[in-house]
Amino acid sequence: MSSDSQEVHHEEGDHATMTKGRIIKVALILSAITAVEFIIALILVPKGILALQYANPVYIVLTLFKAFYIVAFFMHLKFEKMGLALSIIVPILFIIGLILVLTNESHHWITLRG
Amino acid sequence: MSTAVSQIDEIKTTPWSGGRSPFNVEYGKIMMWFFLLSDAFTFSSLLISYGALRFSASVWPAADKVFQSVPGMIDHGAPLVFVGIMTFILILSSVTMVLAVEAGHRNAKKEVIWWMIATVIGGFMFLGCQALEWAHLHHEGFWWGSTPPLHELKEFFTEGAGTDATRHLTSQEFANLFFTITGFHGFHVFTGVIINIIITVNVLLGTYEKRGSYLMVEKVGLYWHFVDLVWVFVFTFFYLV
Repeated sequence: MSSDSQEVHHEEGDHATMTKGRIIKVALILSAITAVEFIIALILVPKGILALQYANPVYIVLTLFKAFYIVAFFMHLKFEKMGLALSIIVPILFIIGLILVLTNESHHWITLRG
Repeated sequence: MSTAVSQIDEIKTTPWSGGRSPFNVEYGKIMMWFFLLSDAFTFSSLLISYGALRFSASVWPAADKVFQSVPGMIDHGAPLVFVGIMTFILILSSVTMVLAVEAGHRNAKKEVIWWMIATVIGGFMFLGCQALEWAHLHHEGFWWGSTPPLHELKEFFTEGAGTDATRHLTSQEFANLFFTITGFHGFHVFTGVIINIIITVNVLLGTYEKRGSYLMVEKVGLYWHFVDLVWVFVFTFFYLV
């Protein structure tokens, strides 16, 4: 019984995923996030409302949001099997860890460079 | 004789019991995903070296001073405008690509063709913009292994930052990394456009109509979205941060 209902659910999941309305919604979200990044870079930072050292983490968080929407919806990963999603996401998490470690490390290299 | 099967002899049908792909995805699509994963590693290595060099430098060229022109229109004082246009072009071409995939699900050949052509045009527009951007920076004196002359370098930094020597060193690092990373990304856009054209021709010839599925459109779609995804990161780390 349970495997039957899974099959049916999967069939639905395969077809009723990215409708036109949903595509436009995701496109609007991506454009809106980009617009927010421009507002920060062109208005908030030059006017001194937001200091650059706080703006940078905001940019990175917004970029990760954009990446999520592109991968999950445009690349359809949200609707794939959990196993496939994990086999893509887990290696990327290791890379993010490496980026964090090396960025932190590079702050110490300043004293070693001219 | 009873036909009832004991519990232990029942054939299991769970995803990982063998006999079928546990991912429930066609072979070529899985391979595209794993290729993209390896490609993400390559781009990550480039961006990691960029981050390591940049955060270990005492000064760095200011993005809003290096990128402040719209080639052919505005010479000065328009930071981020041109790259903003490029970003929207690429996001839009990603949207037309999903629309092509969506039309493929409905086997609507005509719609697939038009959305694919729109995607190809978007790709060419982006490449054109990037060529202008490169030409502009090259004209200012930036290139692999060369920077503008020392006395001109000051205008690319926030006022009073660094000495002539550090400015020269980091400008060179900036130029090398910028041309390498945007070049590698541009190469991906270029190959993406070529692949999109091939697929469009195949759609026109009715190859996928005969095959009964537009799965190939989905696969090139994955590649195209990945190119868009990489640009999102390049845009943030070169132009915003």
